[in-house]
Amino acid sequence: MVPFAGWEMPIQYTGIVDEHQAVRTAAGLFDVSHMGELEMKGEHAAAVVDYLVTNDASKLVDGQAMYTACCNERGTILDDLIVYRAARDRWLVVCNASNHAKIAAHFEKAAKDHCEFADRSDETALIALQGPSAFDVLDKAGADAAKLRELKSFHFRDAVIGNVRCTAARTGYTGEDGVEIFCAWGDAPALWDQLLELGAPLGVKPAGLGARDTLRLEARLSLYGNDIDETTNPIEAGLGWVVKLDKAMFVGKEALAAIKAAPLPRKLVGFEVEGRGIARHGYPLRDVDGKEVGVCTSGSPGPTVGKNIGLGYVPTELAAIGTKLLVDCRGKNVEAVVVKTPFYKRS
Amino acid sequence: MEFPAALKYTKDHEWAKVDGNRVTVGITAFAVEQLGDITLVSLDVKVGDELSVGKTFGTIESVKTLSDLYAPISGKVVEVNKDLDASPELVNEDPYGKAWMVVIEAADAGALAALMDDKSYGEHVKASG
Repeated sequence: MVPFAGWEMPIQYTGIVDEHQAVRTAAGLFDVSHMGELEMKGEHAAAVVDYLVTNDASKLVDGQAMYTACCNERGTILDDLIVYRAARDRWLVVCNASNHAKIAAHFEKAAKDHCEFADRSDETALIALQGPSAFDVLDKAGADAAKLRELKSFHFRDAVIGNVRCTAARTGYTGEDGVEIFCAWGDAPALWDQLLELGAPLGVKPAGLGARDTLRLEARLSLYGNDIDETTNPIEAGLGWVVKLDKAMFVGKEALAAIKAAPLPRKLVGFEVEGRGIARHGYPLRDVDGKEVGVCTSGSPGPTVGKNIGLGYVPTELAAIGTKLLVDCRGKNVEAVVVKTPFYKRS
Repeated sequence: MEFPAALKYTKDHEWAKVDGNRVTVGITAFAVEQLGDITLVSLDVKVGDELSVGKTFGTIESVKTLSDLYAPISGKVVEVNKDLDASPELVNEDPYGKAWMVVIEAADAGALAALMDDKSYGEHVKASG
């Protein structure tokens, strides 16, 4: 167990690589109850939520969710979120544990005099079932759970899994298909135990923070605090697709419009380490002449891709696929090359 | 967890096997368990290099983290295990056997008396866990 944003979290159960492979070939069960859940209710909830995020929440229908950035006025990233529209006047916002206090305050302030705000984090658990066998497990968890297979990507609905009432969303953070399941805090152990018991014959294993990190990195999903933070903007982070400058006013719009109109000084790229070394968060990136040009934001072995991979910011002129770089692994310059991302895409 | 009685141990979780003035060095089962799946072993010394006690002779990396490797004794490197280049997983499979890392010809084999035996190391591990 390790401390993580005020929580005691398991880094691993049976081993990072073992858990990683289980998620890619069968399924893994993740306890991600540390994530923050914020509820926005009322006639103007939709407008308030839309004002706080860069993606276009007005396009969502009931039961649909979207990934988005949440920026400040400078256009840099306060957090990345999933926003769920339960009904026109009822929204759920899921934020990172490390940003929970900041984002809760941000939403509460914006909600004042406009809509109701409630922080549901303490009463809400979140369990992710991810992997190609995820829906085979749900098939065994009752008639309603078996129908979750029909749920479209980034859609969600109330469900009964085993004997637990919950809300299931077809979302995830591993590059695999699967669901993320919200339930009452007290019901989480029962849900966890049932899914693990039903899933064990199918190769389902509990998976910790370590595997979650290698899985998301292979799928090139950003990790807040590593790849994105308040010093980075969504455009350079490769999240331009969640910035909708054609929508109504939102926090950071002017700054992001200016960033998008100008040449981009740097970009977050994926690279493979070709020499002997493993890139890690914070290692300097150098050009082939040895000049420091950027920084590695995430890096580790990629168990499925079979290579040591990483993400990092480099000047735009060094961001093209095939560009050679050096990773400064504690004083040793190790060759790397910019590659297409995601590193892993499920077939 | 196994800590063979025939070996000596450092607080940094290296083991040392003494044979005359030849000292074979590796890392303990406890270190391996803490690191997890080993993916890279870099032994940054070559035969003939002089090492002094406490100096790093390489790094070992798992999926999640990395750790320095420290010489348990001063002396001259006389063998380096090249098999770990291509097969770092040997460290997980056989930490006290095939995953030996270097052999040091000790300048003063008597200095090994300062290292822990299996019992004191076992207590050290308990205190670190």
